Amino acid sequence: MHLERTRANWVGFSTIVVKEIRRILRIWVQTVVPPVIQMTLYFLIFGSVIGSRVGKMNGYDYMTYIAPGLIMMSVITNSYTNVVSSFFGAKFSRYVEELMISPLANASILLGYMAGGMFRGLLVGAIVTLVAALFTNLPIAHPWVIVTTALLTSAMFSVGGFLNALFAKKFDDVTIIPTFVLTPLVYLGGVFYSIALLPPIWQHVTRVDPLLYMIDTLRYGFLGVSDIALTEAYAIMVGFLVLLFALALWLLRRGTGLKS
Amino acid sequence: MANTNAQPALRIENLRKTYRGGIEALRGVSIEVARGEFFALLGPNGAGKTTLIGIVASLVNKSAGSIHVFGKNADEDPAGVRSQIGLVPQEVNFNLWERVIDIIVNQAGYYGIPRREALERSERYLHQLDLWKYRNTNARALSGGFKRRLMVARALVHNPPLLILDEPTAGVDIELRRSMWVFLQQLNAEGVTIILTTHYLEEAESLCRKIAIIQHGRISEQGDMHELLESLRMETFVLDLARPLSETPPLEDFALRRIDDATLELDMCRGQNINDAFAQLSAAGVQVRSLRNKSNRLEEIFMRLVEEERNASRTHAS
Ligand SMILES: Nc1ncnc2c1ncn2[C@@H]1O[C@H](COP(=O)(O)OP(=O)(O)O)[C@@H](O)[C@H]1O
Ligand SMILES: [Mg+2]
Repeated sequence: MHLERTRANWVGFSTIVVKEIRRILRIWVQTVVPPVIQMTLYFLIFGSVIGSRVGKMNGYDYMTYIAPGLIMMSVITNSYTNVVSSFFGAKFSRYVEELMISPLANASILLGYMAGGMFRGLLVGAIVTLVAALFTNLPIAHPWVIVTTALLTSAMFSVGGFLNALFAKKFDDVTIIPTFVLTPLVYLGGVFYSIALLPPIWQHVTRVDPLLYMIDTLRYGFLGVSDIALTEAYAIMVGFLVLLFALALWLLRRGTGLKS
Repeated sequence: MANTNAQPALRIENLRKTYRGGIEALRGVSIEVARGEFFALLGPNGAGKTTLIGIVASLVNKSAGSIHVFGKNADEDPAGVRSQIGLVPQEVNFNLWERVIDIIVNQAGYYGIPRREALERSERYLHQLDLWKYRNTNARALSGGFKRRLMVARALVHNPPLLILDEPTAGVDIELRRSMWVFLQQLNAEGVTIILTTHYLEEAESLCRKIAIIQHGRISEQGDMHELLESLRMETFVLDLARPLSETPPLEDFALRRIDDATLELDMCRGQNINDAFAQLSAAGVQVRSLRNKSNRLEEIFMRLVEEERNASRTHAS
């Protein structure tokens, strides 16, 4: 009986994952191309044009220094955007009801959408990494740090997108959080500079930005240099992921944003 | 252990729903649907039909009450309950940009049916519902009637023993409506319990053996379709008597009730002759001073429904 349920939940989970991945690949012109173009422009402008005047940052070419930050930015925004638009679409056009009437466990639904978001975030992240490699000689200091940070971050922001979709009532609500919360946090999280350059007081303020830790950890994975402690960074990433995941499950159980 | 075979397909007890904003959509509804039944939930627009079905199918949170499906409590074993129900909703709720076959196979997946098996089953139901030729079509290209069929196929892919349809033939042309009826009757004959909501009298009458009438969130009548229709065909007269009466005079073939000293009520079925009744009353020495028609509650309900149906078809035609 228990085994049967577990198997059914696995089938349901993989159904969502396959559906999501097919959706991402089918509309690749909307899902994959724009972020890659955007990042290529960043590399051109900030890396080649402006970067040559900036000189070294923490001992690295400016382009090399910002590459991990831009990769992280792609992972974050694409994981988030994918889940928020896909799940809100399902809610808006009501085919989320196909899931709600089924015996599929809430955790399977959440994990299924997360896997979709992670797929897109990591796919775009990987392509941007390749683009970066065209512009600069990107070292890979600690591959496992790169892999785990990318996985944790994309998982975390996939749940974030899911939560956004649960609360969203109209299409505008889907863009509010990315525009007014996510983007500022990414930019202030040290994508383009080392926080060591900031005046001490701003260094403290920046430290409440959780994205700082993720960007910095990924930078450590590539370059081997970091502004913050690694254990602290992992604790924050895992902590946020667990917290957001539990919150999303609880809301699903209550039917918040789904059931009247 | 309770014998699950003896359990009704659906038992709803004292179900209540108050929407945010204070609308009381359900005010204590109790319904029991036996296994193998073909059950109609008949009621005008806004009566609470979709709300009731939404709660049973876990699309709407209830405010109070309990639901059992084949003996399983929906609060204690939601997954167990959901896997027994197939739902055809009132409004289209599939992804219009997906292919017909994908919609069905994915739904099967959510029920835990592996892809290979899901494909086999989809094939069967797509054939049965004349959708096979559209299997690779995007769902948005289907006509209204075929969209409805697609939702029926989707609802059956996990072979649910209980199929619930919310106004399955509203806005569908006559021909399609008939073929849908035939299909549903076949399913019912194979043992599937079917519950449908409708505000078409004809539909309830020609398909269903049992009926509940819902109005303003309350069940006003519930029972056997034929008995209900019988009572509809019956007329009741109120007789004012010239002289007080202490007991009911015996009448052959007529149902007569003594309401008080000076009042009797007489039920007349279609085909009966009121002269026969008066002849017997005179013979018994009862003198009737005046007679009036008692308004028939059921009839009023049905008149309203017929009215609505007429209005609906008028708007559809225009
Ligand atoms: N999501 C909702 N929020 C608030 N009120 C609702 C909602 N859905 C339905 N209602 C109200 O509840 C009542 C019953 O509606 P419904 O169940 O759709 O009736 P029916 O299906 O019989 O036409 C109506 O007054 C309707 O306006
Ligand atoms: Mg309705």
